[in-house]
Amino acid sequence: MDRLTRSLSRGPLHLVIILIALVWMLPSLGLFITSFRPSQDVAYTGWWTVFEHPFNFTQYTMKNYVDVITKQGMGRSFLNSLLITLPPLFMALIVGSFAAYAFAWMKFPGRRVIFVFLVALMVVPLQMTLIPILRVFNRLHLAGTFPSVWLAHTAYGIPLDIYLFHGFISGLPKELFDSASIDGASPLQSFFKIVLPLSVPAIASVSIFEFIWVWNDLLVALIYLGGSPDVAPLTLQVANLVGSRGQDWELLTAAAFVSMALPLVFFFSLQRYFVRGILAGSVKG
Amino acid sequence: MRTGRFQPWLYIGLALVLVSFFLIYPSIHTIFLSFTRSGEFSGIRNYIYIFTNNTMLTALRNNLLWVVVATAFTVAFGLILAVLLDRVRYESVIKSIVFLPMAISFVGASVIWKFVYAYRPAGTDQIGLFNAIITALGGKPIGWLIERPWINNFCLIMVWIWIWTGFCMVILSAAYKNIPKELLEAARIDGASEWQVFWKVILPLLKTTIAVAATTMMVFVLKIFDIVYVMTNGNFSTEVIANRMYKEMFHFRNFGKASAIAVVLFVLILPMMLINIRRFREQEAIR
Repeated sequence: MDRLTRSLSRGPLHLVIILIALVWMLPSLGLFITSFRPSQDVAYTGWWTVFEHPFNFTQYTMKNYVDVITKQGMGRSFLNSLLITLPPLFMALIVGSFAAYAFAWMKFPGRRVIFVFLVALMVVPLQMTLIPILRVFNRLHLAGTFPSVWLAHTAYGIPLDIYLFHGFISGLPKELFDSASIDGASPLQSFFKIVLPLSVPAIASVSIFEFIWVWNDLLVALIYLGGSPDVAPLTLQVANLVGSRGQDWELLTAAAFVSMALPLVFFFSLQRYFVRGILAGSVKG
Repeated sequence: MRTGRFQPWLYIGLALVLVSFFLIYPSIHTIFLSFTRSGEFSGIRNYIYIFTNNTMLTALRNNLLWVVVATAFTVAFGLILAVLLDRVRYESVIKSIVFLPMAISFVGASVIWKFVYAYRPAGTDQIGLFNAIITALGGKPIGWLIERPWINNFCLIMVWIWIWTGFCMVILSAAYKNIPKELLEAARIDGASEWQVFWKVILPLLKTTIAVAATTMMVFVLKIFDIVYVMTNGNFSTEVIANRMYKEMFHFRNFGKASAIAVVLFVLILPMMLINIRRFREQEAIR
């Protein structure tokens, strides 16, 4: 009896929480359902009307996806996004882990000052860098090519990457390194034999941050790659579609979902490391 | 660790080179450019322009609105969710749902919400969620992204809140779980109501984390660009600083003005940056 009244008194709490969750999900649900509806339905009735007969499968279609992938350039853009995202991801792992290792375990003059300065650069708005870098890229004929965004994304991510790696690598037990150097291991050997294998969680955190940041970036691509569809990543292509096909919601929703699919997969499989990275960056320090 | 004198620099060299070339050098160059027009020195004319031009003033006002509203709501919602969700067993499911938009790009989120705000003339079936609800309740459909200046700006900010509440929730929830539960129990036994426990015990203990969440949000919000670029492109009084800079740079080729706008953005972010550095150094000292 006591338990029953207790659960009943908690009714409002559950109600509020479930309501919040619903409100949070509805917009995405609308997008998802609309992307499978034929254009004439989308134009004249709300997406929620599918729930009148949810299992009437004639009201769903794959046509929008076929359209955006083959005719609206989303297939090409998907490939571009992959080509743009992966190289900076690997660069970030290499550059970040090496530097963090040195900052955590090597003694050299200026170590702390340089480290704090590097991490502080995290808050420099990219806007401060766009014009001079674009000019250099133009002069080197790099603007509009993938290497320009590879370099830029790698560099822009370095402060956070070093910070995340440092938080992890500096926490490894000192004895590991002592015994390794007694055994005659060089710092480079210690790095490959001790640091890398033990840093898998940090590598996962940095990977997911880098992936989501680069994959979802619009500004850097817009500035350095320009408008050409040959090199446009998904974000740019979707933004262009909003401009040119602004009322064709069946296409926009399908295109948006194509652009979101991979980050969502990443997110669901690596959510733990994503959360850990955020916490490392804000609470623990 | 025993290393040669030069070896550490090999490890940090590439990072230093990249950061020098892509962050430090261009920032300094941008400051110089901000005092020029068409390559010639122009004193503070670009800055005078920023603080007198109407569109720029609208952008500055909107950024202020973004910073205040977006920060307040993301932190408040995050805090409420952190405290409420701790009391239910399906906490992790709800957390995933609220946190999920973090994985979605601003562009994708903009499409999602533009559809929520979709407008059809009165009398026809509404396809946007908001107007469908309003007309079902007997109201008239609203052009959410056109009604200036408050409704449309708040509608844009709502997209941000939807994305970033999960971030605030995650860090506040972690901090909340670190509070010894005996502390809260003791307050309850002393006769404090849940309301008092929240205001007098939980809130003071979470003060630092709330400050962290708020400063982080402010730094990010000040740079807001994508949502405005995709949803309204700054039309109907929704302009923001970063979008203005993009236009000056790409549409009008005013590199001096664009640079000055970037510098203003940087100066606005600077206080938050200094707070973060101080906090960071304190933590380093503890370590």
